[in-house]
Amino acid sequence: MTPGILALIVLTLTIVGYIAGRQRALARSSASGERLHSLPNYYGQSVALFIAVPAYFLLGAWLFLQPVLIESQVSAQIPNSAIPEGSVRSLVMSDVRRIADGLDIMVNKGSLAEADLAGMNTETTNIRDMLANAGVALGSDVSAPVFEAAKTYRAIGKTGSLARNILVLVAAIGFGIRAWSRIHPAMRARNLSETFIRALLMGSSLVAILTTFGIVGSLLFETLNFFGMYPASEFFFSTVWDPQFRGGSDLGIIPLLWGTFYVSLVALILAVPIGLMIAVYLSEYAGRSLRGFAKPAIEILAGIPTIVYGLFALITVGPFLRDWIAQPLGLGSSSSSVMTAGLVMGIMLIPFVSSLSDDIINAVPQSMRDGSYGLGATQSETIRRVIMPAALPGIVGAVLLAASRAIGETMIVVMGAGAAARLDLNPFEAMTTVTVKIVSQLTGDTEFASPETLVAFALGLTLFAFTLGLNVLALYIVRKYREQYE
Amino acid sequence: MNMYSNDQVALQAGDVAVADTKHSVKMRGDKVSVFYGEKQALFDVDLDIRENQVTALIGPSGCGKSTYLRCLNRMNDTIDICRVTGKITLENEDIYDKSVDVVELRARVGMVFQKPNPFPKSIFENIAYGPRIHGIARNKTDLEEIVVSSLQKAGLYEEVKDRLDAPGTGLSGGQQQRLCIARAIAVSPDVILMDEPCSALDPIATAKIEELIDELRENYTIAIVTHSMQQAARVSQRTAFFHLGVLVEEGSTDQIFTSPKEKRTQDYITGRFG
Amino acid sequence: MTDVTAASPAAARPKGGSLYERGERTRRRHAAERRFRALGLAAVTFGILALFGLLGSILYNGTSSFWQTYVTLDIYLDPAKLDKSGNRDPEELQKLTTFSYAPLISAAMAAKMEETGIEIEGLNAKAAGEIISKEAPATLRNAVLADPSMIGKTVTFELLANGRIDGYYKDRVTMASAELDRNVSPQQLMLADALKEAGALSTRFNLAFFTAPDASDTRPEAAGLGVAILGSAYMMLIVLALSLPIGVAASIYLEEFAPQNWLTDIIEVNISNLAAVPSIVFGILGLAVFINYVGLPQSAPIVGGLVLTLMTLPTIIIATRAALKAVPPSIREAALGVGASKMQTIFHHVLPLAAPGILTGTIIGLAQALGETAPLLLIGMVAFVREFPDAPPGGLFDPAAALPVQVYNWTQRGDPAFVERASGAIIVLLVFLIVMNGIAILLRRRFERRW
Repeated sequence: MTPGILALIVLTLTIVGYIAGRQRALARSSASGERLHSLPNYYGQSVALFIAVPAYFLLGAWLFLQPVLIESQVSAQIPNSAIPEGSVRSLVMSDVRRIADGLDIMVNKGSLAEADLAGMNTETTNIRDMLANAGVALGSDVSAPVFEAAKTYRAIGKTGSLARNILVLVAAIGFGIRAWSRIHPAMRARNLSETFIRALLMGSSLVAILTTFGIVGSLLFETLNFFGMYPASEFFFSTVWDPQFRGGSDLGIIPLLWGTFYVSLVALILAVPIGLMIAVYLSEYAGRSLRGFAKPAIEILAGIPTIVYGLFALITVGPFLRDWIAQPLGLGSSSSSVMTAGLVMGIMLIPFVSSLSDDIINAVPQSMRDGSYGLGATQSETIRRVIMPAALPGIVGAVLLAASRAIGETMIVVMGAGAAARLDLNPFEAMTTVTVKIVSQLTGDTEFASPETLVAFALGLTLFAFTLGLNVLALYIVRKYREQYE
Repeated sequence: MNMYSNDQVALQAGDVAVADTKHSVKMRGDKVSVFYGEKQALFDVDLDIRENQVTALIGPSGCGKSTYLRCLNRMNDTIDICRVTGKITLENEDIYDKSVDVVELRARVGMVFQKPNPFPKSIFENIAYGPRIHGIARNKTDLEEIVVSSLQKAGLYEEVKDRLDAPGTGLSGGQQQRLCIARAIAVSPDVILMDEPCSALDPIATAKIEELIDELRENYTIAIVTHSMQQAARVSQRTAFFHLGVLVEEGSTDQIFTSPKEKRTQDYITGRFG
Repeated sequence: MTDVTAASPAAARPKGGSLYERGERTRRRHAAERRFRALGLAAVTFGILALFGLLGSILYNGTSSFWQTYVTLDIYLDPAKLDKSGNRDPEELQKLTTFSYAPLISAAMAAKMEETGIEIEGLNAKAAGEIISKEAPATLRNAVLADPSMIGKTVTFELLANGRIDGYYKDRVTMASAELDRNVSPQQLMLADALKEAGALSTRFNLAFFTAPDASDTRPEAAGLGVAILGSAYMMLIVLALSLPIGVAASIYLEEFAPQNWLTDIIEVNISNLAAVPSIVFGILGLAVFINYVGLPQSAPIVGGLVLTLMTLPTIIIATRAALKAVPPSIREAALGVGASKMQTIFHHVLPLAAPGILTGTIIGLAQALGETAPLLLIGMVAFVREFPDAPPGGLFDPAAALPVQVYNWTQRGDPAFVERASGAIIVLLVFLIVMNGIAILLRRRFERRW
């Protein structure tokens, strides 16, 4: 029974429980002549909740925990001698999983009987060839302990699934019957089900925390794995990024950080003044008709997916910069460059900066403007010398938020900045960023055990730390700024 | 009538003389009407502001007194839908004339607002702002002198002389308002307009400001909008009573408070409405 | 000395000078004002030009993908080649590859040239046949497999022209460029022109662009968005089904029930931070947790849907909370006043009133999710997928593509014809986004309430 079918069965039980609960409440009420405390539906609801919530919770937790438990059990079974030179336990474990999956495929196809499998060993059968026939490719021959571990892996998995199915159904039926049998007219069914629903609502709000845990957990876990294979000092301080297919890679983050920083800088230099001036012009100068046209136009710019900007960089801006600026000036011959990505990213950030600045400029009280006009200041003097200084903290916050977006942006740099890791000052050279390398190291066939793949998690963690820091700082500054005028 | 005798006594201490000959007309309004879009807010107001006197504009809220005040330095220009007709002159020059630059006008007709609105800058910078934009100071010493003398004239210098670099927003409400007055003085205007300058202040701070207004009268022409009749009586030499966008009556403060010509004025100052 | 300086500030501006005359300084200040204003206007203009440039470049490159060049040929489905045994056995026909069909097309092309009297110097029969897409034999084969009785008859087929020939009619390929191109010769272009004159070659609306699956590197003319549109639709279904209930439930808790304590604070900070986490980090999460740990298949809409759900949740929560906040307390008090429980008040009164705002936020969140690319790259959606996924729920676990990822995929290919396809796909994506945002705006207009 797959988890999907199990979930459907529980759903059916829930509906049955709802109807049964409602009926029982009505029947008992009319038999005893007692008035129901709550509406009949609430009695049904309380039974349904008692069936569904524990069962689904159990199912979810089981699905989540089973892999961890099996992993640790099986992993302990593999002797150190079975781990080849230069490899690690987690690599061997991934082989174990692949073999187990392969065996599953064969059993399901019918090309291998469960009984035959039990007697099978590495002496008599070439497991690697057999699995290759089933479409599962292995990097090396299968050793005996690994094959035994794979068999155990399957066995525990099967037992676990059976236990899961039974427990979930028992929980659903057991809680259901208990809730059903407790129904009597004086029972406060509404209060009961409302308490339950409230707990569910709270549970939903915890999804945000779980997501953060998931992000931080997966990044940290794999990053630690990475640092087990590759020295952290090399990663942080080496100026060479040169991943090799067959090991011996240089994985220094510095060229990537430089590329990220350079592209973001170009983007911010374009976006901040223009975005700010747009906000100023539209809120302080523009007439009704221009505002009515320009504001939505700028907002449209904000709603366009970044892949569109990426394509714009690739087919329009890149070739334009190369043919009209870089080549005539002898600065380079690549259409993907820091300038290409930076300019296009700047355009993407303009609406972001302008809408944030717009809010901030509008938060400066009108009395400031009046005070300045009353002294005979012109509009631009008022803006530059009173409004801007007053709005400065808010604008700094907005710039930080824009910077965080710039360093986390992926598609524009993937399509516009290039793939060569380089420490260079020429903005018309192709350079690469942290996000580009995350994509290139993790797309394609990913083997989760080589430093070349795992480095992406270390890059991801670095990126996450940077953006989180910038965001927290920016939100703090903006909040402080708003409090000042409230 | 006797219940207002206190006011009368206060008035006696002020300038009782009818100063029509001694004080020339600084600003003159001639059939001034103001429209906000379709709605008319002021109807043909003729009101003069006399030199070196305090003119109080009183009336119930929404009567147009602030609107008239804001016409005098064209603050209404900042409101898109606002339209002014009629003629207002400053020393016989039409301030709504096409060739008049509103920036220069406001340098000569300064304004202090209802709520103290110091800029979020230091005390020094708050006052230096006006002289800087108008290029009044030739050098740094000049500027420092202007700041100090403005603070002295506004009676704030002694309180803040040790902390001119502290932010203006850190002062108390009354100090902030005096800072705003000092800021207005710093561009040496001819006229200072005050739009309910004490409405956000406590009585002690109010008393200080009123005292200051009385002192400033010597060098400046002042028009003040107030909703407090006592305040009008205490600080002004002339009073104009507005009601529903119409200037009902204007005259020496003494006369308005003791023997108003109009019934509506009488009703207002005796507290029958407003 | 002090007296002089004390007097000077006041003297700096001549008191009582006429208002009608402007000083030099005032003129300079006004010039600065005009410059500043022009700068602002320039910024606004730049923003609007950037928008037009962006959209213009995409439209310029992409609109032609909605038209496609087809060649009409009468093809004799020779039984001697297709069904040697002559029993029309579907099993046997199945074994026949597209290689057996290719000569039929060449032959038909030769026949067509003879029939219409087209003769082009230096063009052999093989090259003449090559102006038809490499996809054509497969089209033929599928038609025969669907209806084996066709064999032995002469059937009229409308076949895709080769990408270069198609490009010729879209001004991408010229006689001059064909000289230098290994994939097409000027003679082939002349043949195409002659066929066009004879009415056998035409350009018409490209319906297949919306329904066909992706095609390999050498056949840009056959590449379509079918699988990508379906994959995106599946993911949007998952996002809607998960993020709306969870988002609304979380918002109700935070807005109506949550006590002021550290846990609530942590949740709130979490949500606002999640909204600003780079999208690619969510991709890493999906790869590490959903694929590697839980073991869900790569390239599957279920994984994409889950990742996009997590990304969309903050948007929906923020919008829903704003909508709940906008319902005035008087409504809550009225319901509580007649004895409704808090839960009843919320579900019977507050939630229905907040529904338009919640829906608007949800649609905007979905629109964002639809255009999201980076996280999908990491969970294997870049894979080359030609098979349509099954119907849900099973199909949610089948490999599929997604619209924005298909765009990226096409930009990575060598043939310039794919640039046209990628831009065309962007137009399709933008149309979807415009429709979604339009609905959101309509909803907001229609149900906007002012209390």
